[in-house]
Amino acid sequence: MKRQQFQHPFLPYFLVVPQVLIISIFFVWPAAQAIYQSFVLEDAFGLGVQFVWFENYESIFNDRQYVVSATFTAIFSTLVAFFSMALALFLAVKADGILKGATSYKILLIWVYAVAPAVAGIVGTFLFTRNLGPLYNLLIASGWDFNPQVNVADAAFTVILVSVWKQVSVNFIYFLAGLQSIPTYVREAALIDCKSNVRRFWTIIFPLLAPTGFFVLVINITYAFFDTFGVIDTMTRGSPAGGTNTLVYKVYQDGFLGLDLGGSSAQSVILMILVLVLTMVQFRFIERKIHY
Amino acid sequence: MRLMGKLAAVAVSALTLSSAGSALAATEITWWHAMGGSLGETVNTIAKDFNASQSDVMLTPIYKGGYEETMTASIAAFRAGQAPNIIQIFDAGAATIINAKGAVYPVADLLNKYGVKFNKDVYIAGVRNFYADNKGQMIGMPFNSSTPVLYYNKAALAKAGVTPPKTWEEFEVIAPKLKAAGYVPLSQSHTPWIFSENFHSRHNLSLSNENNGYDGVATKINYNNKDMRHHFSKVKSWLDQGLYGYFGTKWNDNQKPFIDEEVAMWLGSSGSFGGLKKSAKFDFGTTYLPYWSSIVKKEYTTFIGGAALFAFAGKSDAENKATAQFFAFLTKPETQVFWHKQTGYVPITKAAYALAKKQGYYNESPDAEVGILQLSLPEGENTKGYRLGYYVQIREVMQREYDKIFSGATSVADGFKAIEEDSNKLLARFAKTVR
Repeated sequence: MKRQQFQHPFLPYFLVVPQVLIISIFFVWPAAQAIYQSFVLEDAFGLGVQFVWFENYESIFNDRQYVVSATFTAIFSTLVAFFSMALALFLAVKADGILKGATSYKILLIWVYAVAPAVAGIVGTFLFTRNLGPLYNLLIASGWDFNPQVNVADAAFTVILVSVWKQVSVNFIYFLAGLQSIPTYVREAALIDCKSNVRRFWTIIFPLLAPTGFFVLVINITYAFFDTFGVIDTMTRGSPAGGTNTLVYKVYQDGFLGLDLGGSSAQSVILMILVLVLTMVQFRFIERKIHY
Repeated sequence: MRLMGKLAAVAVSALTLSSAGSALAATEITWWHAMGGSLGETVNTIAKDFNASQSDVMLTPIYKGGYEETMTASIAAFRAGQAPNIIQIFDAGAATIINAKGAVYPVADLLNKYGVKFNKDVYIAGVRNFYADNKGQMIGMPFNSSTPVLYYNKAALAKAGVTPPKTWEEFEVIAPKLKAAGYVPLSQSHTPWIFSENFHSRHNLSLSNENNGYDGVATKINYNNKDMRHHFSKVKSWLDQGLYGYFGTKWNDNQKPFIDEEVAMWLGSSGSFGGLKKSAKFDFGTTYLPYWSSIVKKEYTTFIGGAALFAFAGKSDAENKATAQFFAFLTKPETQVFWHKQTGYVPITKAAYALAKKQGYYNESPDAEVGILQLSLPEGENTKGYRLGYYVQIREVMQREYDKIFSGATSVADGFKAIEEDSNKLLARFAKTVR
């Protein structure tokens, strides 16, 4: 047996250089900066810097708003990820079955993807404006004492609705592609064995869609954690009573608006660790159950 | 040797020429501000007028977004050694920039050094101290200054047969009548600014230790006092009885119902009347912010809100001179009156106020004068202003607890306890960053 050896030890390294550079500049360097900043206390102008070990972290855990933000983020992310995936899956299954005019349906469902979160938030603000917004008037007419400017649950409802609406289209694209990649012969074979549409879906189609579903889950969690910033900023700014203040929004509030750089960096480091752990858990425990 | 001499001579003459050239060209200075929309256009007009009024200085105003964005942008620029010459900083950010030793060139020193004598007495009393040190020497030049006042719908008050309240006691008498006439009697647009900071000034109450932050870095907030708790207990009970409307955290949430004639009286900024004139379809009047006669026998002045202009330190002599020249232009009565009329912000000098009066401006729009008159009310030891660190976060804490008090999620006592604890933590953290 003779081992195959490439004669160019240099070339592969050269080829990965651009990727490594991009990762170092846009991820490693800022992340390292954040970690360093999280251990120091300094004035906004950078005139006096002092190393304080874990004091910034301590003050985060002593901050009652942080607990509120963490709880809201957990509920918010779960609901946004669940509803945007469930709705997208439902729509994808229905769109998959359509024969006539399929393209128009698909385009109508997909175009929302082009809307930026901040724009979605502004649209949401209009829809829920007191006395003027159509959705506000609809909810009031339905007998709900709807008051998103004062009531935390109502405010949470509006940001969740807009965040879900914004994300359904992306999920729809992936689910539809996943459905269309399931071979016709599998579907036909299943059709011979079982008459029930629902049962066929849960026993055959859904497991075959699992790899897509897993990928969509990972991107949705990240979306709900980070990309909904624009929706929160344009719609509620964390109010009322700090009840819709997500962890990412709080990083922005404390760091960019409040100029507490150390505290804000410590929060972003915690967030980084949280997402890292969440992703690892997803890969370890959920991915195992998936057959590619 | 001779060649070298010739070369040196050429070099020297070239140098002289180039320096002469730059002396001829205007000194360029930049001004970062937070005035968007029509306010931004007014800023551009002022800059244009300044540039046209002389040929030594070329001023470029740059809009940088909201107050917070402008401040963050300037700090990032300062840290990178690219700071603009002039920066607009809002009231809540004053402690951050003033406590950063050596970041700014105090306006009073700047003016004195470059031949424009600084005299604090030319400025209106309520305006001059907010951005000054404890001796009254200005660190920042007040730019857009406003103060909270009461607006009332004349028809609504006539319908209820009442007159606008001077005190909160009077309000308690007229509010049920306004409610009976079909109105929500009152709403208000900025609970931290109007019902907290200015509540203290109006009643001459201390906001924090260290002389409200003027004598040193404040570490203890005094918001959890019996007068504040009294006021908020009252407001909450008015809310429950339908005598007060709370429509949300944002400014416009509470202004809109007044414009829609749902609310009879509204507490807003003295700078709001220009906008109200355009949007309100009814005749409205303006009067002072009410006070509790049970707390003080005589009324005190209020604070200014808004922002000031600071000059960054570390600039060349020529640029500093140009900045001083612009500040001098800005405080001229004509400039101030133009700004006052265009925007509704109060003029900062007595001369400007006198000029506006002479022009008969207050005969045609008496609402414009109310803010200045209120700012000229008697001063007390606690009416200068406040200088509290991480105040943006402290306002966020107040807003959070007030929302909870108004929605009934917490009691007034617990809400104020939380405000005190969280604010003191923030003040302590800020104090550590100051060296």
